[in-house]
Amino acid sequence: MSLQRRVKFEAETDREFAQWIAHEIGGEKLRECLQCGLCSGNCPLSLYMDHTPRRLMYLAREGFKTEVLSSLSIWLCTSCYECVIDCPKQINITGMMYSLKQRAIKEKFYPRRFPIPVMARQFSRMVRGSGRITESWLVVQVFSRTAIRRLLGMGKLGVRLLRTGRMRLSRDKVERRGDIAKLMDAIQVARKESAA
Amino acid sequence: MKYAYYPGCSLKGTGRAYEESLLAVFQALGVSYEELKDWNCCGATSYMSVDELSSYALAARNLALAERENMEIIAPCAACYLVLNKTQHYMHDYPEINNVVTRALGTIGLTWHGQTRVRHPLEILLNEVGVPAIATKVKRPLHGLKVAPYYGCQIVRPYSTFDDQRNPTSMDQLLSACGAKVINYSSKVQCCGASQKGTLPEVGLDRIRRLLLAAKREGAEVIATVCPLCQFNLECFQDETGNAHEPISMPVLYFSQLIAWALGLDAKAVALQRCIVPVQTLLGSKEIVHA
Repeated sequence: MSLQRRVKFEAETDREFAQWIAHEIGGEKLRECLQCGLCSGNCPLSLYMDHTPRRLMYLAREGFKTEVLSSLSIWLCTSCYECVIDCPKQINITGMMYSLKQRAIKEKFYPRRFPIPVMARQFSRMVRGSGRITESWLVVQVFSRTAIRRLLGMGKLGVRLLRTGRMRLSRDKVERRGDIAKLMDAIQVARKESAA
Repeated sequence: MKYAYYPGCSLKGTGRAYEESLLAVFQALGVSYEELKDWNCCGATSYMSVDELSSYALAARNLALAERENMEIIAPCAACYLVLNKTQHYMHDYPEINNVVTRALGTIGLTWHGQTRVRHPLEILLNEVGVPAIATKVKRPLHGLKVAPYYGCQIVRPYSTFDDQRNPTSMDQLLSACGAKVINYSSKVQCCGASQKGTLPEVGLDRIRRLLLAAKREGAEVIATVCPLCQFNLECFQDETGNAHEPISMPVLYFSQLIAWALGLDAKAVALQRCIVPVQTLLGSKEIVHA
């Protein structure tokens, strides 16, 4: 039998990460977290999580970067805001989850062919190009990149949606598509300026 | 007062029945609206996980378009309602976000002063039209149809001011006025799993199963929803959630379809032909027995 240390020493944590989250949306008040666990108790998804929201918050503020960013918990959060209304310290836990998702996407902390970042990317491309989302097109784009088998298994549902007139085949678009691209470009410019 | 109706992407696709029934109900009850001209996607939750700033800019364009017309927005979709409200709050709370988004809007000739009110149809019907006014217009009462009122998350949390965040009752009141027997549904504000049916299917399916079984065991004949994603999740995967031991066939309607039916509006307005789980016979039986 070989025993391994299960807890990190402070020296092994990532101070940069701890400081980063403390200045992100949702992370501002992490230091005030009492570790009461109301968030985890009321989270409808916590029963599937490797780290519950309470534990994730502690790990994040102490700088356990790898543990936090590779946790499936951040992707299980559906932003239902149950934790936010329950938190006695009014910590924006859902906001923190978004901040963590963004960092995880940026640093590629997710399994191969993981559909959520793919969906986010396709979604963003479609909005940039058309200004609106056509659900049927988005589903095809995401599943053809992540789980082509499941796409084929959705034939029956597709037929039902077609029959009830709920599957839109033509792409929905805004008129001033140029404006949407301009808006997005302006955000990119602002982001580069603030990073510089 | 004329409202800017902001449909969002789903109400033009899988959630068409919501748009069809809601607008017909507005017309029948004298709520004046026009579709927000050249609206764009609100950014929803998937955009926020990639690029939060862009999502605020997207939402802000809609808010600015409505403000220019001096109109309040009606946003029926739960995600749109949340995102538009959230953007208002964040623009107010975070000056850096406000600066960047304001400048971006400037590049397309728009300004926004944070004055756009974003409202939900439940609130309009409850507070502007009122339960008594609806009750007097009911021509085809639901005669004790047992309805589970399902609010989901993002209408009531975290920004809603018109209803209780843990035990909302606005839909209960509206449907009771239509003659429904609204059950005390234990899961009325629990999350449906959102897009997880697509991304983490085991988890998504488990959420859906729990909500459907709760409604069934608590005696509901139909579930009434206020959100296109909740409606889709609960209605479209019943084959996969049920089993031989406990099959599930539970009609899932938008609350506005039930109101349209009760007001005696035509078939196009009630939009039952958009349902995958059939409900015509059930509603019809209420009509025949008690007519």
